[in-house]
Amino acid sequence: MAFGKTADSRRRQGLVLLLSPVTLLLGVFFLIPLGIMIVYSFLEPGLYGGVEWNWYPYNYGRIIGWPLNDYETFEPIYLSIFLGSVKIALLTVLVSLLICYPAAFWVSRMSEPRKSFVLFLITLPFFANLLVRIYAWLLLLRPSGFINMALESLGLIAQPLDMLFSSFAVIVGMVYIFTPFMFLPIYANVEKLDFSLVRASQDLGAPPVQTFLRVILPLTVPGIAGGSIIVFIPALGNFIVPAFLGGSKVQMTGNLIERSFLQSRDWPFGAALSLLIMGSVVIIVMFQVIRSTRQNRGAA
Amino acid sequence: MGFLQIASAHKAYQTPEGALVRALDDISIDVRNNEFLTLLGPSGCGKTTLLKIIAGFEDLDGGDIILEGRSLKEVPAHRRPFNTVFQNYALFPHMTISQNIGYGLDVAGVKKPDRDRRVGEALEMVGLVGYGSRRPAQLSGGQQQRVALARSLILKPRVLLLDEPLSALDRKMREAMQIELKNLQDSVGITFIFVTHDQEEALAMSDRIAVISNGRLQQLGSPTEVYDAPDNEFVANFVGTSNLFTGRIIDVDTGQGLVTMETGNGRRLCAGSRAYGLGDEVKLILRPEHLRLVDGDTPDGPCLIEGSVKDVIFVGSVVHLHVDVGFGRTAIVYHHHDRTGFRNDIEHGAHVRLAYAPDSAHLIANGRG
Ligand SMILES: Nc1ncnc2c1ncn2[C@@H]1O[C@H](COP(=O)(O)OP(=O)(O)OP(=O)(O)O)[C@@H](O)[C@H]1O
Ligand SMILES: [Mg+2]
Repeated sequence: MAFGKTADSRRRQGLVLLLSPVTLLLGVFFLIPLGIMIVYSFLEPGLYGGVEWNWYPYNYGRIIGWPLNDYETFEPIYLSIFLGSVKIALLTVLVSLLICYPAAFWVSRMSEPRKSFVLFLITLPFFANLLVRIYAWLLLLRPSGFINMALESLGLIAQPLDMLFSSFAVIVGMVYIFTPFMFLPIYANVEKLDFSLVRASQDLGAPPVQTFLRVILPLTVPGIAGGSIIVFIPALGNFIVPAFLGGSKVQMTGNLIERSFLQSRDWPFGAALSLLIMGSVVIIVMFQVIRSTRQNRGAA
Repeated sequence: MGFLQIASAHKAYQTPEGALVRALDDISIDVRNNEFLTLLGPSGCGKTTLLKIIAGFEDLDGGDIILEGRSLKEVPAHRRPFNTVFQNYALFPHMTISQNIGYGLDVAGVKKPDRDRRVGEALEMVGLVGYGSRRPAQLSGGQQQRVALARSLILKPRVLLLDEPLSALDRKMREAMQIELKNLQDSVGITFIFVTHDQEEALAMSDRIAVISNGRLQQLGSPTEVYDAPDNEFVANFVGTSNLFTGRIIDVDTGQGLVTMETGNGRRLCAGSRAYGLGDEVKLILRPEHLRLVDGDTPDGPCLIEGSVKDVIFVGSVVHLHVDVGFGRTAIVYHHHDRTGFRNDIEHGAHVRLAYAPDSAHLIANGRG
């Protein structure tokens, strides 16, 4: 007993030592900046950037539609941009899910060498610069771009489609960027799916649709949830894609944050917007954690 | 008309290298209603393939599966009145035990009160009352195996297919489950087709055994038929242990139904048989337990083998003797050391005389396998 205790406490000491660099790193590069952000979001913006050290809750007021303490003029423009961003992020998740879910099954059935090759192809875009890749979409989607030219020469359309600078273009670009992040967790899940369970379901009389809904889908929920979160979080805060492919028509919260910091130099407002995104992400991640611990408790 | 006919089933797989594997090569079995049929054979002989074809997970290349006169070729797996107990049990990890057992009923649209009652009965049948709300991962291997059984049997299939269901269990558990399974089969009155590569298991449980090797049916018969009168050398060696001697028949005594065989080395051995005539090339099979140690007074003759003991292996109830019988041959003898008190002191190098009853020697035609 006594032995166990000393060994235990010694192990704990060792662990503390081992973890202290991590703690330090997290503290310096994550917690301190986060603290600064939270503090700044309640301060008054300085005239030329920076902050005035005055209590100033109106940054958040502005976000939810009441700038200053003027309750007459309710104008939830930032809120509606935020909701629009959520919508675009959700659509990005949905579209990449619809692509990746069947693709994961398809790839998992391939022979070993082909499988590795396809997985290599999926990670290939990471080797090219993000801006270049998005710029490529600009060239593809614009009225005189490749897609319109191809469609026109096939006689499918009379006039070029106006695809660029729309939610459509933004979603296309986001799906393109985030598809690997959706694919990999789903693939990892599907790959280890025990196919004999599908057989068992069939064997017990379930036709294919029922087998899918009752066995395959529930068992791939972890992959779907993981992929969706990994895509949703960066999609919600993304500003590069809407800046390139959304033009002035499609604004996302990410663009607002970028502009508050870099153009209007309203740091507190940018901080408040960032915390809004962060807050919604935290809520979603918490849901996922609760869901998966509940599931693990069941499976253990 | 048979109950379930496996009619000259053929199945070949293409390996990635392009070679063709004949997993099933012209297998025909008439499965009887309510019997416990075992498919026995070494690893890779095609047992699982045959089971998958019966269940409908694989298509036949040739032949047919016929249930009561109706071909099942066009019937998909989920509509066949068969259920499978998988080797790894394949329990749904995201469902409770009750949900697992009730799955088939749920899918079939059986309403909850009725379903709950039948799940309760099934839990009782396999001795798992009180485990209904657990998850599969919270059960032991043997318990999971019972859940898999209950999940299949609750649907009252015409045939239950079992793919090495006991192989994951330890020896004690396996032996207990063998008896349980056999009793269960008797009480539910469902045809069991049971796959194993363990010959003792097959002998202990089956009404009939189909011995398969390399995708071909080697023998189909009751455990005693397969053990006492193997059709060929493969069966003789795979089911139990055999001492085999190859030779030609040199003397036939039709009156007593006795033949004498001479091996290439001039060794003469007797056998009780009326099936073979003078000059026939045969193999003679002697089971180790049919060889008796006799004392020096016993007269020499063709039903006697002499040799010297090479190894003595004590395995508990019997002693296994490896006896050098000359010409580089070793005979294996199971000696009940306490039966008569006679020669409990067999040692390495001891000279022994081994006698056997002519009828315990079994002859097969040479060249048939
Ligand atoms: N999908 C497949 N593709 C190629 N070859 C296969 C396939 N399935 C089985 N085989 C081959 O067919 C033969 C029979 O396989 P099967 O699984 O029926 O053996 P088994 O008798 O069940 O063996 P075990 O006792 O090891 O389970 C083997 O040689 C195996 O390699
Ligand atoms: Mg097998």
